[in-house]
Amino acid sequence: MEKNTLMRTEHISRILNTESLPVTLVKDASVNIKPHEFIAIKGPSGSGKSSLLYLLGLLDRPTTGKIFIDEIDITDFSEKKMSEIRLEQMGFVFQFHFLLPEFTSLENVMLPMQRLGRLKESEIKIRACEKLEKLGLADHIHKLPSQLSGGQRQRVAVARALANNPRMIFADEPTGNLDTESSQVVQDILKNLAHDDGCAVVAVTHDPEFAKKCDRIITIIDGRIIT
Amino acid sequence: MRLVVYIALKHLLARKRQSLVSLMGIILGVAFFIAISSIMQGSEQDFIKRLVDNTPHISISDEYRTPRIQPVEKLYPDSMVSVSNVKPLTETRGIRGYEKILSNLKSIDGVLASSVLLGQGIISYAGQEKSLTFNGMIPEEIDSVSTIRKYMIDGRLDNLYGNPDGIIIGNNLAKELSLKLNNTITVVSTSGNIKRFKIVGIFRTGRGNYDTTQTFANLKSIQTLLNRPNRINSIIIKMEKSGDALELAKELEKKIGYKTESWQEKSEDIMNALLVRNIIMYSVVSAVLIVAAFGIYNVISTVVMEKHRDIAIMKSMGFQSEDIRLIFLVQGFLLGIAGNVMGIPLGSLLIYGISQVKLKPPGGTDIVNLPVSWGWEQFAIAAAFAMCASILAAYLPARKGAQLMPVDVLRGGS
Repeated sequence: MEKNTLMRTEHISRILNTESLPVTLVKDASVNIKPHEFIAIKGPSGSGKSSLLYLLGLLDRPTTGKIFIDEIDITDFSEKKMSEIRLEQMGFVFQFHFLLPEFTSLENVMLPMQRLGRLKESEIKIRACEKLEKLGLADHIHKLPSQLSGGQRQRVAVARALANNPRMIFADEPTGNLDTESSQVVQDILKNLAHDDGCAVVAVTHDPEFAKKCDRIITIIDGRIIT
Repeated sequence: MRLVVYIALKHLLARKRQSLVSLMGIILGVAFFIAISSIMQGSEQDFIKRLVDNTPHISISDEYRTPRIQPVEKLYPDSMVSVSNVKPLTETRGIRGYEKILSNLKSIDGVLASSVLLGQGIISYAGQEKSLTFNGMIPEEIDSVSTIRKYMIDGRLDNLYGNPDGIIIGNNLAKELSLKLNNTITVVSTSGNIKRFKIVGIFRTGRGNYDTTQTFANLKSIQTLLNRPNRINSIIIKMEKSGDALELAKELEKKIGYKTESWQEKSEDIMNALLVRNIIMYSVVSAVLIVAAFGIYNVISTVVMEKHRDIAIMKSMGFQSEDIRLIFLVQGFLLGIAGNVMGIPLGSLLIYGISQVKLKPPGGTDIVNLPVSWGWEQFAIAAAFAMCASILAAYLPARKGAQLMPVDVLRGGS
C-alpha cells in the first residue's frame, strides 16, 4: 500500500440480479489509483470495463469488497455522501457527450460549480470560460450542444468534468464516437490533465492507440482483472 | 435553490407548447373555479340576505316546545305515570309579562325588538273569501324589525301611524280581489268579530303566498278585532349581527321558557339544501382542476421520461436525488403559480362579465343583475387547490425521476 494512493479497491465484485440468473459484472477487482496517473481499462465488449469504471466513479455500489479514498473506507457511505464526493472530487466523460441539450456550452460547464456553490456567479462564469478556452472552445461558448460538432461536444464534456478541479477523471470510451483527429485531441487533453495538472485519469477504451498513450493498462476479461 | 429553479425553467421553456397547453388547463380551471363559485356564493348570499332581511332574526311565540309537566309527574319524578285525556285550560293566549321581556331585550346592544299580535281572519269581498294573517304591530316600530317599507308599491307605511282603521295588504290579494288604495274592506276574525279597514298601502315582496295572506295594521286595532286586549303573542327581534341569532335564541328560550326560534332554525331545510348545492358545486369545479392536474402530470411525466439521460448525467455530476425531485416539483409549482397569476384575473374578468348579465327571474317583474360574490375566500380556495393539484401532479413523476439510478441509464445508453 503506497502512501500517495488516491483511491484503491479491495476485492470488489458486482453481481447483477437479473430475472433469470445473477450475472457477475466485476469479479474480485483490486485497483490502485495514484495522482498523475493516466490509466486505461481495456478488454473485449461485455468484459465489465464500464462496470468497473462505474464502481470506481461511485455511480454503482460493489456487491462485495471495499473502496477507499485517501485510505478512508467509503463503501458504505450514504448516497448523499457519495454524491458529494462525485461533485467535489470526480469528473465524468462519457462516450456520448451527455451534455444537457437546453444549456449552452458555458451553462453546461457552469452547472457543477453552481451545484457546489462555493464561488460567486461571476467567478463561476470566468472559470467556466477559462476551461472552455483552454480546450479551444472560445468561439463556441454560447452555442447549444446541437450547434456543435461531435469533437467539440466531447471537449465541452471534458471542460464540464474539470469544472470543480476534480482529483479524478473517469472517462467511458471518450473517443469511441469521434473521428481520428478529434479523438487525438481528446486523448492529448486527458493525458495532459494527468501529467500536468495532477489528476488521476481512468479511461475505458477499445482503441489500442489510446491505450498506448496511457501510463498503465488494466485489462479485464469476463469481469476479472488480468493485468 | 436558484439553480434548481433555473433548471426547472429551462425544462419548461424547452417544451413551450406542451407547457402552454398544461398551463391553459390550470388557467381555465382556476378561472372557472372562481367564476362558478362566485355565482354560487353570490346567489347564496343574496338568497340568505333576503331571507335574513325579510324574516325576523328571532321570533318568540306564545307556545312551549314541550308540553307542561303535569303536577302528578312532578310529585313522582321517578315513577311511571300515565295521564290520559288531559284537557288544556281555556285561557287567553299570549306572552305573559311581555313588557318586561321587551324592555330586557331592548337593553341588549345591537338588538331591536317589537311586539306583534298575530291572528287569523277572513276577508269577504265581492263574493270571494280569502283567509288572512293579521300582523298587529306598533307602526313606529315596524321599521326596526321589518323590511316591509322597502316593498311598498302603493300608499305609505307612515299612513298607519295613529290610524286605527288603516291596513296594509299585499298586491296579490289586491289583484285577486280587485282592491285599490283607499278601498274599504271588511274582515272577520276567527273569534267572530267584524271590523272595517281602509287600505292605506300595498306591498309586493315577490313571494306569492306572503303577498296574498299577510296584512299589517295597528296593534291596538288587531287586539280589538281578535278580542285580546293588551295581549301579544309574538315578539320579533332583529339583530345587527344576524349570525348570532342562534345563540341568543337558545339563551332567551332558556330564560323565558317560550318557544324562541332563530332564522337559522326556521330555515334549516333551506340551509341544508344550500349546503348540498355547495358540495355539488365544489365537486364539479374541483373536477375541472383535477383534469388540469392530469395535464401537468402528463407534461412532467413526459419531461422526466425524456430526461432520463439528463437526470443520469446530473446525478453523476453530483446532483442529489433531492435536487432532481425538487427540479421537477418546482416545475409543477411554477405551472401552478403561472396558472394562478393568469387564472385569477381571467376568473375576475368572468365574474365581472357575469355580474353584468341582466335577467328577469321567472315570475318576477324586476330586471336584476346576476348576483356574484367577490369574497376573497373563493380566490384563496381556487389558488390553493390549483397549487396543491399542480404540486401533487408533479410529485409522482418527480419521485420517479429522483429514484433513477444513473448507472441503469448509462448501461443502456453507452
